[in-house]
Amino acid sequence: MAIRDETRMLLESMNRLFEDHCTKQVADAAETGVFAQKLWDEVAETGVPLAALPESAGGADAEWSDLFAALRVAGRFSAPIPLAETMLAGWAAASCGLETSDGPMTVGPVRSADKLTLERDGNGWRLAGAATRVPYASFATRTVLIVDGPDSEMVVTLDGTGGADLAKGRNIANESRDSLTFNGVRLSADQAAPVKAGVSRDALYRRGALARATMMSGALEKAMDLAVTYAQERQQFGRPISKFQAVQQNLAVLAGQTAAAVAAANLGIEALSEANPDREAFLIAVAKTRVGEAATLACEIAHQVHGAIGFTKEYALQLSTRRLWSWREEFGGDPEWAAKVGAYACQRGADALWPMLTEG
Amino acid sequence: MATPTFRFDPVEMPPEAKEIRQEVRAFIKEHEHLMGFSRSSFNRDFSRAMGQKGWIGMTWPKQYGGHERSSFERYVVIEEMLVAGAPLSAHYTGDRQSGPNLLRFGTEEQKNHFLPRIAAGELTFCIGMSEPNSGSDLAGTRTRAVKVDGGYKINGTKLWTSNAHRADYAILFCKMSSDGKEEPDRHAGATQFLLDLKAPGIDIRPVINLLGEHHFNEIFLTDVFVPDNRLLGKEGNGWNQVTSELSFERSAPDRFLVLFQMLREMLRMAGPTPDKATAAALGKLISQLATLRSMSISIAGMLQEGLNPNSESAVVKDLGTRYEQDIPVVARQLFPTEPELEAIDVYTSMIARSTMNAPRFSIQGGTREILRGIIARGLGLR
Repeated sequence: MAIRDETRMLLESMNRLFEDHCTKQVADAAETGVFAQKLWDEVAETGVPLAALPESAGGADAEWSDLFAALRVAGRFSAPIPLAETMLAGWAAASCGLETSDGPMTVGPVRSADKLTLERDGNGWRLAGAATRVPYASFATRTVLIVDGPDSEMVVTLDGTGGADLAKGRNIANESRDSLTFNGVRLSADQAAPVKAGVSRDALYRRGALARATMMSGALEKAMDLAVTYAQERQQFGRPISKFQAVQQNLAVLAGQTAAAVAAANLGIEALSEANPDREAFLIAVAKTRVGEAATLACEIAHQVHGAIGFTKEYALQLSTRRLWSWREEFGGDPEWAAKVGAYACQRGADALWPMLTEG
Repeated sequence: MATPTFRFDPVEMPPEAKEIRQEVRAFIKEHEHLMGFSRSSFNRDFSRAMGQKGWIGMTWPKQYGGHERSSFERYVVIEEMLVAGAPLSAHYTGDRQSGPNLLRFGTEEQKNHFLPRIAAGELTFCIGMSEPNSGSDLAGTRTRAVKVDGGYKINGTKLWTSNAHRADYAILFCKMSSDGKEEPDRHAGATQFLLDLKAPGIDIRPVINLLGEHHFNEIFLTDVFVPDNRLLGKEGNGWNQVTSELSFERSAPDRFLVLFQMLREMLRMAGPTPDKATAAALGKLISQLATLRSMSISIAGMLQEGLNPNSESAVVKDLGTRYEQDIPVVARQLFPTEPELEAIDVYTSMIARSTMNAPRFSIQGGTREILRGIIARGLGLR
């Protein structure tokens, strides 16, 4: 997958949009619990959130690779909106003919331990169970869930959060992460349909992990940009601290980890277009593992280079690093995904490792 | 963003690269008895056989014995050979850096003389850069060339020269004598020569490494005569040339595939259903490797486009050597054993060898600190 001209153009326009509309003031304001509606409206206007859907479902048949590239830009700007969640909700709902929404959507379950079951109830359905830490559920115009149905996994769509008990929560970047509890909530027949076309709870978890890995690669680019710029401006001992070899060596490591994170996320994104579920599972696991590792090392260095100022609310570095520390664990942390990579490789056996790495 | 970022755009291997992989694997199978633990084995017959296949100098012009194939095909041949532990040492340096350096800076006569023989696997090159007092600080070279009638007279000492005792030629880095005058800068007068290692005045002595093996040498040059037609490039342009040569050296995938066999043995030890901690430790290494490989293929793509991925190569080498040095560390935590070189058990001898070899990974071809300096320069910090 070479980078296409269309992708480049999309990235440039997304970059401009976020530069204008996703300032530090916007990100700060969103942390007080007010949804960044204006930013969302600007992003929605581009059609990107639903672009992967077929034209018949209001989308543009766009490549997933383009959309994930846009997520990297959103990550770079710490965009406090459910862009990834809306993309994934649209994907899950439209795949089995359910309605989507033009507004911000969310999707779940995002945690592997959650349990949601759907039972028949007359003409309709009854939904029970809990979906915890669902991103931006408080602000969602629609919630799309993949649940255990009577015969198979099913996709369910709810207006707003559709009768759930909602407990507000947040991650350490103060992004909304709300828990939804369904005590036998009644749904009409047209609110649920069996999963289709590669959509499953596992596939959602994987794509969620890849979305976070991709956003993290963007956030790492931002943290690196801030650290390198700051080191060139900050004077100590009569010269910019970037002139000290100890600082240069740290920044070189930061740059290497950032480059590795972008490359690893791209590996997972490329796999989406290969239509090989095993390979997709393997490479997405590789991506979340490697990006998580990079985030841990890179956040440490970015803060070290900044000294005390980077530890303040006023300075922007924390917008990126608090997100990195949150996203690192969402949809499974790197230890969980590393164990999946290892289990997958061991199950295929030592002699299959090289063929597996060079496939495709 | 204001800060330059190192771009490793994803690239897709062309179909011919996929085809050649099968061909290489078949060839390796045919020569299975020659495959070992690392590429450092020296076997001229194997290099000739690779030359006959057209797998040395793959990207060079046909008129110089090359094959005008893509950087991707070359990448595939090299990675398959490295992973198999093929004995590449007799042609590896010539293929990776001496040949490309000649192609870029050599005269027509030099290109016609040397390149077809390197590509045939018949001519072994080694690297004449380091000296007793000039390791990372290459510009501090003390070896001096003086212009004499019909050529140059060279005096000095080279050190850490791998394969010098078996090679035919070295690309020698030195400086033109300034006759005691002060040099305008540290890179002034730097010059490269194609040094025939059989020339009179050359004394090559072994330096045994900590594994007890003979790879390194010390080369003493006493009034060695090099004819005019073996000057490489221009007098005084040596710094520029050696920098280019080093970027060829650093862009190869051998910086993270040397211990692949060890990783594979670790998977064998783990068995099909390892516990979660073991799986995670192996999965972390595999994720690093998969990422390094994609970055390295991206570099092959940049080379194919005629770019000079100097900083990117330094990034991959820095990350790659870290990964390789971690392999024996993780191994001893997961599957402890007392290291023993002669152990019949493959894993135990591998852990012995890799533990002892690990320190050199972040020294050869540019120390970790030098590489990070190059990366910092790429970031605009120096």
